[in-house]
Amino acid sequence: MSLFTRFIALLLVGGLAMTAGAGAAAAQTVVGVTATEIKIGNTNPYSGPASAYGTIGKVIGAYFKKVNDEGGVNGRKINYITLDDQYSPPKTVEMVRRLVEQDQVAVLFQTLGTPPNSAIHKYVNQQKVPHLFVATGATKWNDPQNFPWTMGYQPNYQTEGRVYAAYALKHVKDPKVGILYQNDDYGKDYLKGFEDGLGENKKMIVMKQTYEVTDPTIDSQIVNLKNSGANVFFNITTPKFAAQAIKKANEIGWKPLHFLNNVSSSLGTVLKPAGLEASRDLITALYMKEVTDPQWKNDKGFTEWVAFMKKYYPDGALDDQSNAFGYNVAILMTQVLKQAGNDLSRENIMKQAANVKNFELPLLLPGIKVNTSPTDFAPIEQEQLAKFDGEKWALFGETIDAVKK
Amino acid sequence: MASGTGGATSTTERASDAAGAPRRALAARPIGLAAVGMVLLVAVSLPFAMSNFRLFQFTQVLTYAIALLGLNMLTGYNGQFSLGHGAFYGIGAYTTAIMIDRWDIGYGWTIPVAGIVCLVVGFLFGRPALRLEGLYLALATFSLALAVPQILKYFEHWTGGSQGIVLSKPKAPFGLRLTEDQWLYYLTLAITIVLFVVAWNLLRGRVGRAIVAIRDNHIAAEAMGINSALYKSVVFGVSAAYTGIAGALSAIAIAFVAPDSFNVFLSITLLTGIVIGGFATISGAIYGALFVQFVPNWAQDISKAAPWAIFGVFLIVFMYVMPRGIAGFLHLVWIRLTAPAVSREQGR
Repeated sequence: MSLFTRFIALLLVGGLAMTAGAGAAAAQTVVGVTATEIKIGNTNPYSGPASAYGTIGKVIGAYFKKVNDEGGVNGRKINYITLDDQYSPPKTVEMVRRLVEQDQVAVLFQTLGTPPNSAIHKYVNQQKVPHLFVATGATKWNDPQNFPWTMGYQPNYQTEGRVYAAYALKHVKDPKVGILYQNDDYGKDYLKGFEDGLGENKKMIVMKQTYEVTDPTIDSQIVNLKNSGANVFFNITTPKFAAQAIKKANEIGWKPLHFLNNVSSSLGTVLKPAGLEASRDLITALYMKEVTDPQWKNDKGFTEWVAFMKKYYPDGALDDQSNAFGYNVAILMTQVLKQAGNDLSRENIMKQAANVKNFELPLLLPGIKVNTSPTDFAPIEQEQLAKFDGEKWALFGETIDAVKK
Repeated sequence: MASGTGGATSTTERASDAAGAPRRALAARPIGLAAVGMVLLVAVSLPFAMSNFRLFQFTQVLTYAIALLGLNMLTGYNGQFSLGHGAFYGIGAYTTAIMIDRWDIGYGWTIPVAGIVCLVVGFLFGRPALRLEGLYLALATFSLALAVPQILKYFEHWTGGSQGIVLSKPKAPFGLRLTEDQWLYYLTLAITIVLFVVAWNLLRGRVGRAIVAIRDNHIAAEAMGINSALYKSVVFGVSAAYTGIAGALSAIAIAFVAPDSFNVFLSITLLTGIVIGGFATISGAIYGALFVQFVPNWAQDISKAAPWAIFGVFLIVFMYVMPRGIAGFLHLVWIRLTAPAVSREQGR
């Protein structure tokens, strides 16, 4: 063998070894995925002050069990690891670091709450872990430029606030607006959207009242709002307080145009306790089918959900909207995995999450679809106004698209 | 920090094993020092044996240990019950976060400032609290724990409201080739050692005896010329300062603060830690910190459905098997091993 052929042979062997090495390395970079499973990590408050939301984490687990029973996604079972973070940001950091560094999950999905997600926002983007469909209505999750690994899910509060403002400007002559809001980021996000929507007409707001989550009642705030002479009432409250507000306004004979935020649109937990007659003519913006609303009783999406709940999550309450919420978003996650096919690298999962087109979920309102793109990390941006007719939410008008003005 | 130093046993017990004490003390000294040395050696070499995630957990153990030591000074040694130390933890954390975020001050400087701020707040809170004893003081401090998260939300301009403040994790200085987690671990370890040595000196000497005397019988203590009021409020301040420094370190390690992090549950967790670790012991702070950091996680691994029920079972078992905490239990084991004859005479 001449020196030259030896040299060539050496090069070839070296080259082969290198490509083989590169191949092995490429296979290793697919974190959290094997031939038979894909690991998905989640944190939820199963204990602590926000534990009522924990059912979302459970219903997601139940849905993934259904997927696995039916053969998984592209032959892979979903290994769903969900941990309790007690809604406490330091605990979230610890649990998410465990999921990423120790359990080596492929993606983080539906981590719940604005403060917990804020605490891990930077970290997951540094680690380049897909942080998909986070369960919070804050506006900041739609920021693909600065945080290309984090994506929101539900319509954000500011958008909804703008929808009500537009309606009031259009339909009320000489509007005088009274606002009651919960004194935290959730309340202020709604308020900001509403004020932005009013624009230069901001002085139409004649009174703002606040309450703390820990307050026993909000009766005096409602009386103050009535006395301010407001003819439009924007009710930015969580379910317990929403029911109190509707009841009190009715008792003292205050009949403004009453916007009730989507957070409290449940018949079961808000309108029934407040009284269905007292709730007549409330206006809200919806994007999901209310599971306690009788009009969906024979709806296909609804009946499928009920069947699913009975089989896979019999402990879960059928009048809790959170269980519908979790079911929807788990279906969306499964869709992203399906789209990713056999390339379950983190890059491709993120790419597919940003490439959902006109996807319908069984418990979204008819006509509302999931859409994302590399520059749009807000999957659901449509809502529809509805008026309560004493029995059900009667949808009216067109689907409002927040992106188009 | 091992059993040899866990010596703040009550006066009655001291008297009862006085006969064996001098001999044992002579023998115990080198062994105790060796144990402390071993613990330190393990602590220093941890970063080479563990993943960054585990190190992060141990950094949290160290910060808990500092906070627990602070609370133990107040509650264990001085007999003042506090259900509100989570508040000082939060104040320390926010002091650091605001200084870094709003004023761009180096994180290293913010740690002593957090300690000083909490020292002052703790001292001032301790003054009026002097009139309150036992359960009443516990309630007063409980109100502090309830109030602080809301107050933090109120001063939104400084604290970022319920959205909190996002920080950046510091990198290792001086070109040290350490990861962020390794560096933070060493920094926290160094501060922990300093604070433990200070506490050890404080609690073992004249001052320590005065503090314990006030707990055991404050009238007798005053009769001996101890300024009970001054001591109590100073202990309150120092205790708050320790907890504040722990909060500052945790803010740096977590790189985020929000009011939800410092709720009432944190205060109760701290109290659990000192009782499990060992009331009125220095080493107990470390055992307690390990407990509150890791046992809830194990509980969750055992049962997803009812982790806190499992945690409760752990608590009851610990209290039943080790009524004087882990430190007290180890001390007892130590006595049995070194002087079996004496302990049998004691009828135990």
